[in-house]
Amino acid sequence: MEYAQQLFGQFFGADWGSALFSLTKNLVLILAIVLPLLLSVAYLTLAERKIIAFMQIRVGPNRVTLFGIPWLAGWGQPMADAVKALMKEIIIPNGANKFLFIMAPILTIAPALAAWAVVPFSPEVVLADINAGLLYILAMTSMGVYGVIIAGWASNSKYAFIGAMRCAAQVVSYELAMGFALVCVLMMSHSLNLGDIVKGQEGGSFVNWYLIPLFPMFLVYFISGVAETNRAPFDVAEGESEIVAGFHVEYSGMAFTVFFLAEYSNMILVATLASLIFLGGWLPPFDIAPFTMIPGFIWLLLKIAFLLFFFLWFRATFPRYRYDQIMRLGWKVFIPMTLVWIVLLGSVMQLPASVLGSFPLNLWFH
Amino acid sequence: MDFQSITFYFFATVLVASALGVITARNPVHAALLLVLAFFTCAGLWLLLQAEFLAITLVLVYVGAVMVLFLFVVMMLDINLDRMREGFWKWFPFGALLALVMLAEISMVLMGRKFSADQIPTPPLRAADYSNTKELGRLIYTEYVYAFELAAVILLVAIVAAIALTLRRRVGPRFMEPSEQVKVKRSDRVRMVSMPSEKKE
Repeated sequence: MEYAQQLFGQFFGADWGSALFSLTKNLVLILAIVLPLLLSVAYLTLAERKIIAFMQIRVGPNRVTLFGIPWLAGWGQPMADAVKALMKEIIIPNGANKFLFIMAPILTIAPALAAWAVVPFSPEVVLADINAGLLYILAMTSMGVYGVIIAGWASNSKYAFIGAMRCAAQVVSYELAMGFALVCVLMMSHSLNLGDIVKGQEGGSFVNWYLIPLFPMFLVYFISGVAETNRAPFDVAEGESEIVAGFHVEYSGMAFTVFFLAEYSNMILVATLASLIFLGGWLPPFDIAPFTMIPGFIWLLLKIAFLLFFFLWFRATFPRYRYDQIMRLGWKVFIPMTLVWIVLLGSVMQLPASVLGSFPLNLWFH
Repeated sequence: MDFQSITFYFFATVLVASALGVITARNPVHAALLLVLAFFTCAGLWLLLQAEFLAITLVLVYVGAVMVLFLFVVMMLDINLDRMREGFWKWFPFGALLALVMLAEISMVLMGRKFSADQIPTPPLRAADYSNTKELGRLIYTEYVYAFELAAVILLVAIVAAIALTLRRRVGPRFMEPSEQVKVKRSDRVRMVSMPSEKKE
């Protein structure tokens, strides 16, 4: 690493060398995050189809194999889907705003990937260890809604437009509840840095995780996350039985696939964040021998996979919410709930130190 | 020119160009989207000033929420450009006067001695672990607590007013009346319309 830095310094001069070196280094690191992420998106689609098929007593994709190995039947399906999408024509409808029509999928995927910059995968492995990490993620995920709105508007189609309008109102409403749920986490951890939030949950076992004291907030956060990613049962923006395919009804081929990639990487992001801030991230459930032997990264992956399973489970189980019910749940249930919890948590934190230091409060307030 | 100034000039150019676009774009949706771009690049400039909390909050609040609702409204509007341009010359003197007043105010602030660059001390470079957020939180809840609470109360009043304006109670219960349903005749519900068939063009 240092040798490469010296090389850059000699080649471009001292001033430019370090800037270009960090640029190149970060590009390589970004690829190291984005490529596995896209691969897991591909296999999340397969997992979704397989799991929902299992729940509905079907088989699911079982034709395309990898490298012709029979027991990998179905594992080649994401690759086949990707190739199919790449080969398809991107149709731009008449009367569509061409520039915005092409920009919309890009504006959806860019924030979905950019948010991963501050996600820590273990105590040291993080691309950008910034102070306001959680705020940055909130800001980035709130940008994602523009892709949907612009797609709906630029398509010059009524269905797409209705989908975009529904999505805009829904995402803005649930962002508030999500933000308030995270405020509780910040109050407990005294930090906006995701790594520090996980470190605040250390202490021996799963009892120390913020899941226990903030359980209602975990529910609010996770359900808002499902709503924010426009997944069933909150998928009124797509609503295939009402408005065909909602905001991406006019999209085809790779442009459509990019929307898909963004949706699934957002799902993984919500699951990752929930496991980092509520489920102790890379911390094992018990700090004793068989659990500590498994590396923290694996624990994080297990937690993410566990939460992602819920996303798929919800989709197979719940019918779609009616639009006014979505709004009621967001504004009249979640937001008052989070506000009450913030006040409650604040009052608990003002208790004298002797009370906070005694069992069971000393598990979480240090 | 070092890397930082190139970043600055890039952001500044995009900011000025998109801000100009906001006021020159014909289509209001384009104008709103250019305003989003302006906010975003402005946040980039604030990041260069090490104001990371303000920069991220700008993106979170203005780009993520306010402009989304703004776009929501603008997209619903059916704007007739010809009708909007009708009163241009009638209102031109008034607009010009407003612009002049604003120009005078801005130049009074910027040209004044108090705000010239040599009067303002250069803020010290902070270490990487310096937390902007903590510092702001401390100031808001100690030194500026009354101003902060006042702003919060004003916002609360606005929320209450908005709810009071839009609150509608349902008149009468939503039940079915079986007797009325039974009494319904065909003529109450169905209207026969005779329409001549249309020729294909």
